[in-house]
Amino acid sequence: MFETTVLPHLNSAYNLARWLTRNEHDAEDIVQEAFLRALRSFDTFVLGRDPRAWLLAIVRNSCRTWQRQNRSREAAVPLDDDSHVAVDAWSDPEAVLIKNANSQLLRSVLEELPFEYREVLILRELEELSYKEIAQIVEIPIGTVMSRLSRARKELYDRLGKATGEIEQ
Amino acid sequence: MSCQETREFLDAYVDRELDVMTTLQFERHLTDCVDCRAICEQYQQFRNSVRSRLPYFQAPGELEDKIRGRLRRTTQVEGKLFRGEWFPRWRGWAMAASLLTLLAFSALLFRWLSRPSASEMLAEQVVSSHIRSLMANHLSDVISSDQHNVKPWFSGKVDFAPIVIDLASKGFPLAGGRLDYLDNRPVSALVYKRRQHTINLFLWPSPDPDSGPHASTIKGFNLVHWTQSHMAYWAVSDLNASELAEFVHDLDK
Repeated sequence: MFETTVLPHLNSAYNLARWLTRNEHDAEDIVQEAFLRALRSFDTFVLGRDPRAWLLAIVRNSCRTWQRQNRSREAAVPLDDDSHVAVDAWSDPEAVLIKNANSQLLRSVLEELPFEYREVLILRELEELSYKEIAQIVEIPIGTVMSRLSRARKELYDRLGKATGEIEQ
Repeated sequence: MSCQETREFLDAYVDRELDVMTTLQFERHLTDCVDCRAICEQYQQFRNSVRSRLPYFQAPGELEDKIRGRLRRTTQVEGKLFRGEWFPRWRGWAMAASLLTLLAFSALLFRWLSRPSASEMLAEQVVSSHIRSLMANHLSDVISSDQHNVKPWFSGKVDFAPIVIDLASKGFPLAGGRLDYLDNRPVSALVYKRRQHTINLFLWPSPDPDSGPHASTIKGFNLVHWTQSHMAYWAVSDLNASELAEFVHDLDK
């Protein structure tokens, strides 16, 4: 039952853990532990709910715990969820370069984003979860999901612009 | 929709999270506003580019095997010790099932223990026969107050010779007799009267030793049962218990 319901979402679990820990080894450990935790709390899983979102919430919490224990590796970035991004900054001559930024550069830039930005971006762009599902997994209001995604994209865009600019020079 | 609102809704729009009304208002603004349209297009392109270029990390093949192994070990160990945390639901069902079985079993046992005894069941039959005899206007097959008419009537119909006594002198005139079926056999039914009341006296041979009389009441009818000289007797009537007892007493003389 558990293996047929939850195990098929192993790739989603690993992808999220890999992006949030930024290394294979910790990602594997976290995913293994997350599956055991999921197994133990499987009786709280309501049939008919999306098992992938349920599993990702467990993986995300494991990554959050892991991140707090390894905080020194990351610079804390103050989140300003309530204010909106000045979208005017989008019209920018670097746009073409950013559009053509290769996968490797995109990956390294995204990996440098704060944990809070990375998680919403991965859940939205790669797992294609809805704002509602992301809100449940990250345990923030839906409005915050929207503003955080907005800020995360802006941050990604700015850093990509900076990185491509450096490469050009 | 203003330019400010449009830009606030930009992410929700590209993520298709806006409701229909807001989406329509958003798109109407885009057709009217060149700047917002340009920004939106650029935003879409950037977003699509990120989406298509972001690497998706596939789980290494051996990770699935490792997890399967650990899951099975955990399930086995915790299953064996019977305190696995993932078992509560399974255990809950098992407990519910055993509880149900126990309940069903107790219900059966209770019914078995509280089942009516053979004589209680027979008493019910006697009362039913009595009621039926009154309802179907089929009280007597042989209508006679003469015991000498009633007794011969039974010969050839039952395999015994019922003792037929007229108790008219005691205030219980014989009204007739008929054939009935009780205790899985044909029996004699003698009909006596007391004022407007009818008394059915059922009798048939019985291997039981002498006993009684035992009085009981079922559905408001009074019954008296006794066994004498290998004959079983059941007297049943809506007559009051003391007069029925008197009837039995007179019959016994």
